[in-house]
Amino acid sequence: MIQTFAFYLFAVLVVASGTLTITARNPVHSVLWLILAFFNAAGLMVLVGAEFIAMLLVIVYVGAVAVLFLFVVMMLDIDFAEMRAGFIKNFPIGILIALVLLAELVLGIGAYRAGALELGVPDGAAAPIVGESNITNIGALLYSKYVFLFETAGIILLVAMIGAIVLTHRERPEGARGHQNIDKQNRRRPEDATELKTPSIGKGVEL
Amino acid sequence: MTDFFLSLGMNYEFAWFTATIAGILLIALPLMLAVAMVIYVDRKVLGAVMLRRGPNVVGPFGLLQSFADGLKVFLQETIIPSASNKVLFLLAPIITFTVALAAWAVIPFNSGAVLADINVGLLYVLAVSSLGVYGVVIAGWASNSKYPFFSAMRAAAQMISYEVSIGFILVCVVLWANSFNMNDIIEAQRGHGFGFINAFAFNPLLFPLFVMFLISAMAETARAPFDLTEAESELVAGYQTEYSSMSFALFWLGEYANILLMCALCAILFWGGWLPPFEWEPLYWIPGWIWFLGKTFMFFLVFSWTWATVPRYRYDQLMRLGWKVFLPLSLLFVFLVSGYLMLTRYAPL
Repeated sequence: MIQTFAFYLFAVLVVASGTLTITARNPVHSVLWLILAFFNAAGLMVLVGAEFIAMLLVIVYVGAVAVLFLFVVMMLDIDFAEMRAGFIKNFPIGILIALVLLAELVLGIGAYRAGALELGVPDGAAAPIVGESNITNIGALLYSKYVFLFETAGIILLVAMIGAIVLTHRERPEGARGHQNIDKQNRRRPEDATELKTPSIGKGVEL
Repeated sequence: MTDFFLSLGMNYEFAWFTATIAGILLIALPLMLAVAMVIYVDRKVLGAVMLRRGPNVVGPFGLLQSFADGLKVFLQETIIPSASNKVLFLLAPIITFTVALAAWAVIPFNSGAVLADINVGLLYVLAVSSLGVYGVVIAGWASNSKYPFFSAMRAAAQMISYEVSIGFILVCVVLWANSFNMNDIIEAQRGHGFGFINAFAFNPLLFPLFVMFLISAMAETARAPFDLTEAESELVAGYQTEYSSMSFALFWLGEYANILLMCALCAILFWGGWLPPFEWEPLYWIPGWIWFLGKTFMFFLVFSWTWATVPRYRYDQLMRLGWKVFLPLSLLFVFLVSGYLMLTRYAPL
């Protein structure tokens, strides 16, 4: 009973917040609705027993990606009239992308129904070791059968990360604004920074 | 507890539901009391370090000071700035407060005394604590005022930076304990040091991680010396600037509940949680929850002491510490810990 109730609660909230993500007028509100949608999707995943994926969804998407997204959207100064003006022009491309996504969904579900994957068939008969937690199962699969794909994904991410750093990093030469020498700052002691002088009366101090 | 309600003649689902509600109240209400007392302790420690008396007027030794403050804010008027986004403005403190309480669901207070004994307990804590930033960011944006907004930007960057190294530190602990479940992690520490010390912190490979975790925890909860988000000298009161009355108090309570959570995590992950410090029979006569709360309180004193002693970091120093010092170090330790375990525990001999 509680599971059914929780399922309908999460499902309704996912659909509703997904819709509101698109229709909200304020982009910050859109991002917040998107975050609510992620969160409820994680709830649905917990219900089907994929608690590891659910937690990862919350940690990675809600906790990091969406924060950065919100960060950027909050600082943008968006003109809504200008945004609406492009709607008719971009409409065909939007429809095309939607159709491709729909076709992929149908294909994916069709392939899953056909039971071609060794991983699991629809009735769960060939699913990997039952009774183990799904962290153990995912780990066992990732580091054995899919180790090549997993490592490739890792290398792609590493290259992307190095690329981002190389593109944004710029060396600030000595004397330029923003230049810092951390070692020099750490080595600095009060004796180097201040000097005590006792000027005699009526005479100035040589600086 | 479900069994107790079942014995009252309820059906299983209703008994489970009632037991869960009772469990939530059993954790949340004492936690709120603990937060009130811990704020008092914080002010007393700060007073002692500064050679003042600290709160000493309300009640014996000023013990009721937090309750007097609570009553005061409760009676104040809630001021909502006219230029603010009203719904989000009121939602932000509620998010902070709720998230701070939600993480306590998986904290074990004694052997088996945990509301939700789930497989992914540690990941749940990480997930929930990463939500904490939303309260601050939304508050900063909805206030429609520049100081809260600066504070929100700082908070977002700061929390993401330190979550990364906290994540790697947790990976090392999980590798050693071989589980994400909080109770299993504590059990794995039984007799860890020389067969009688119950703590991961006595492991030379894990002790540096404990130090890094403690410092990252201070940064994650925006506690001094990393309280850049509410730096009085630069940002008035940061994201709380426009808040008054109960909405202000909710931020305050949520912040301290988060600090207590981080102290509890230090106790659970590195100092054996509800286990006594040594494997010695008489120490087991003291109930586990006293050991757990004692350890948590000890780390809270460390937090207070640091607050009173260390000057505030500059923002670029904070970022450097997170990304250039803790991130590479914690990655190195993931490598060392997994390498050591491969050589010893999982050696193909």
